[in-house]
Amino acid sequence: MAYLGLVVLIPLSTLALKASSLSWDQFWALTTGPRALASYRLSFGTSLAAAGVNVVFGAVLAWVLVRYPFPGRSVADAIVDIPFALPTAVSGIALTALYASNGWFGGPLERLGVKAAFSPLGVGIALTFIGLPFVVRTVQPVIEELDREMEEAAAVLGAGRLQTFLRVVFPEMLPALITGFALSFARGLGEYGSVVFISGNMPGKTEIAPLLIMTRLEQYDYPGATALAVVLLLASLTILLAINRLQSFVRARGGMA
Amino acid sequence: MPGRSTVHLVDDPAWVRWTLTAVALGFLTLFVVAPTVLVFVEGLKRGWQVYVDALTTPEARDAIRLTLITAAIAVPLNTAFGLAAAWWITRFRWKGKTLVVSLIDLPFGVSPVISGMVTVLLFGAPGLLGPWLQAHDIRIVFALPGIVLATIFVTFPFVARELIPFLETQGTEEEEAAHILGAGGWQIFFRVTLPNIKWSLLYGVILCNARAMGEFGAVSVVSGHIRGETNTVPLYVEILYNEYSFAAAFSVASLLVLLAGVTLAAKKLVEWKARDLRRPETGSAP
Repeated sequence: MAYLGLVVLIPLSTLALKASSLSWDQFWALTTGPRALASYRLSFGTSLAAAGVNVVFGAVLAWVLVRYPFPGRSVADAIVDIPFALPTAVSGIALTALYASNGWFGGPLERLGVKAAFSPLGVGIALTFIGLPFVVRTVQPVIEELDREMEEAAAVLGAGRLQTFLRVVFPEMLPALITGFALSFARGLGEYGSVVFISGNMPGKTEIAPLLIMTRLEQYDYPGATALAVVLLLASLTILLAINRLQSFVRARGGMA
Repeated sequence: MPGRSTVHLVDDPAWVRWTLTAVALGFLTLFVVAPTVLVFVEGLKRGWQVYVDALTTPEARDAIRLTLITAAIAVPLNTAFGLAAAWWITRFRWKGKTLVVSLIDLPFGVSPVISGMVTVLLFGAPGLLGPWLQAHDIRIVFALPGIVLATIFVTFPFVARELIPFLETQGTEEEEAAHILGAGGWQIFFRVTLPNIKWSLLYGVILCNARAMGEFGAVSVVSGHIRGETNTVPLYVEILYNEYSFAAAFSVASLLVLLAGVTLAAKKLVEWKARDLRRPETGSAP
């Protein structure tokens, strides 16, 4: 356990120590400058949007993978993990090449008047890619565990398929959907490698919060980087804590039923 | 088979099935398959020779060597810790367990940039230990030790995370039996526990290794990007790409895609093995 302390606790308490050496006014100034605010807006906005897209498509994907047998299902199932297994730098350059104006998708999109790479949309695309497995892998086991007899009972009692889904299946899936959304969102907030290539990194416009930390570090602005890191860390810890709460709440409710 | 006759009632209509399958696979192709395929297409665009050349330049070799060294240090350390922690957490009762489990998970919730940054804050020139290290002429940040430390931090949870749920569901009956039959602690561990957990352990180690070799953000902060010295494979990919050597960048990147492929294949293997292990048990259950 000494190792745990050495590897996790000491480094993170260093961050706290460094942050506490700043006065409140300094901290406030460093974390609420226009460039910092713009980076939060971009990071939170694109992470939310990506998590939203992933909840919808991730749920459909999980449903299809569990319920519908089709040739190549186990391959499709393995592919879902690629964004998780692929080093972020590789995802970053691949997505950029794909959505740049001379890329497979970027070209056609540009003809439609949509600029994908080097815009907030590009950031959102990268975060969608990164977050997808989190939603699928959270929702999938819940669908597998669904009691089909409940659905049968609903059907026998005269409910249509849509009604059964909305009244019986969806409520069971909801906690997993929220958890998947939150995990994807939290991952998006901190993501760096897959975003820096496609974002274009224009200060105030396409600069995500982790990149601003990086920039400040490279300028040896350690107080500035620390202050931002604390904000980002608190945001992701709050989300992860909320997920834990939600899961213990669901478990408690399941225990009572 | 009770319920057989009502099964058709809970099947989705064919058009729903087709639409959802098409949407799901379309999304997967667009967002996940396309970028992965593109890496190989771009890497091989200029031909096989350019591809091989890009992988065998001295700089590429240095990057590969550094990545291998980093993984060779970080993975065994975190494996040993993961085993010890998972054993301790699932086999003994003590206070503060949930807190420790959350702490183990913590690196997952931290942005890679912040993970790298804490290493700099601790060991860098203006950091806590910086002046002392400088006085003793020990370089950690912008050198191999810093890269290794950041990698250890980032890959810390993988093995423990994989083993804890597995050991929890498995229960302690076999170990208790071994204990009653007179086996000692280490003997129980090597003869009973380890053979049971070997597939989960293997998968945890492979995940840990994949992340160790692929980590970008955290390593990027601590490396200082010194060519031939502190460039890991992912950092080298970044440099090539920023220098517009796209074919070379994608060639080197394809190595990392292959690594991801090995990881996913290992995952499938472990899932199959786990199913094989479960099947005879459920079959013989009364």
